[in-house]
Amino acid sequence: MGKRVGLEVTVAVAEAVALCRIDMAGVYPITPQSHIAEHLSNLVADGKLDAEFVTVESEHSAMSAVIGAAAAGARVYTATSSQGLMLMHELLPIASAMRLPITMAIANRAVSGPLNILNDHSDIMPQRDAGWIAVFAENGQEAVDLSIAAFKIAEHKDVMLPVSVNIDGFQLTHMVEPVILPSQEEVDAFLPPFVPHATLHPSNPVTMGAFSMSDYFTEIMKAKDEAIKNSRKVILEVWDEWGRQFGRSYKPVETYRAEDADILMLTMGSMGETAKIAIDELRGKGVRAGLVKLRLWRPFPFAELKAAVKNAQKLIVTDRAVSFGGPGGPVFSEIKSALFAQARRPSIYNYIIGLGGRDMAVSDFVGMFDQVLADRAQAKADTYEFWGVRE
Amino acid sequence: MALKTWKELPIGCVVFEPGSASEYHTGSWRSQRPVWDDAKCIKCGICYVFCPEGCVQQGEDGFFKADMNYCKGCGICAHECWPRAIKMVEEG
Repeated sequence: MGKRVGLEVTVAVAEAVALCRIDMAGVYPITPQSHIAEHLSNLVADGKLDAEFVTVESEHSAMSAVIGAAAAGARVYTATSSQGLMLMHELLPIASAMRLPITMAIANRAVSGPLNILNDHSDIMPQRDAGWIAVFAENGQEAVDLSIAAFKIAEHKDVMLPVSVNIDGFQLTHMVEPVILPSQEEVDAFLPPFVPHATLHPSNPVTMGAFSMSDYFTEIMKAKDEAIKNSRKVILEVWDEWGRQFGRSYKPVETYRAEDADILMLTMGSMGETAKIAIDELRGKGVRAGLVKLRLWRPFPFAELKAAVKNAQKLIVTDRAVSFGGPGGPVFSEIKSALFAQARRPSIYNYIIGLGGRDMAVSDFVGMFDQVLADRAQAKADTYEFWGVRE
Repeated sequence: MALKTWKELPIGCVVFEPGSASEYHTGSWRSQRPVWDDAKCIKCGICYVFCPEGCVQQGEDGFFKADMNYCKGCGICAHECWPRAIKMVEEG
């Protein structure tokens, strides 16, 4: 049986990754991810985890090293944040094109400049089109559960794609939370050994990452797009299986008090927990408010999102990043695009919140609801604004 | 060779047949071909050394020629040939 322990979330994630019996980790430390690297390195040094911990000299090398090790047939792991993820960017589409199952934690942090080490989603958003499955955790338990499930999704024979598990920097990574860590036996029962689709081996030479001209490039991109779309089925299966075995189930889109809601708010990551408290407060005042949490960012869960918002009059989309000079926050753009062809859809409002670690209190979430409820003429629908910005 | 559809591609486009790149005839890219004038050639082999494709070969008689299946017509052999025995000629 698993045990309930109080752990810093990064340490809990590293423990969970060790339970997955990784063969290799290539991690470069960066705030606020560093404790994952540190704890994994400790586990290897103490002989508790039989894995190669490669002390790479940069995140570009970290991603290169895990790509190489995955190609050789190893179960691999890496973790990064912000500038580190930006440095990895060049390699991310290569890992997915080579269909290598790599699991990576992203301790979400604002991208420079100016330099800021605190939380928002401006690091993951530019990676949207890299061909990686991307999931978001709301608390420490979810970070643990989704990390273990990520290996199973990534390595499934019908998926073979890299997965990023997004964990809000500091708000989650540096919290000490009660977490149920599964036992080794439980994880072994859940996660079968990795069977690669091909491996680099001198006695059976293959070429991976070969050159392609225009005569094949379109077909390769189409195959990659279909691969990530098809991963949806496996993601649902694996999360259901997790739920059956561990009693905590996950869905691509999750809701809270949304069934009869007139007004919904959409969040990704840790802010969902604060939003829930705001919703309880509003419900107490007779406002039919509800929450929609987007857990799965890629592949985008179109059907689940449409179903979750179909009865609402208004939908507030919160964004943790800016698309400068664009149509609104990156999540807002996706949601609008997903709902565009619906015969009936809620009016959509966009707030860019919590940038560079700016605190978002319950009163901020209530304030956004109040502002949108007061907009009876819907003058602010389909527009975006920076919540709390000093004018 | 019939081109595969997207459904027929192996996962991750892994190439399982070693050396199969030789089936791809890069000579089809060529717009100019190198022509050797054996009267000027001193058999020094500089064309052989510099050919980036490795497609210049020495014949039994000691003179050189390029394998037109792979020669891209880059002209490096003609540029390096100091007795000026190689001329680049437009492909018809």
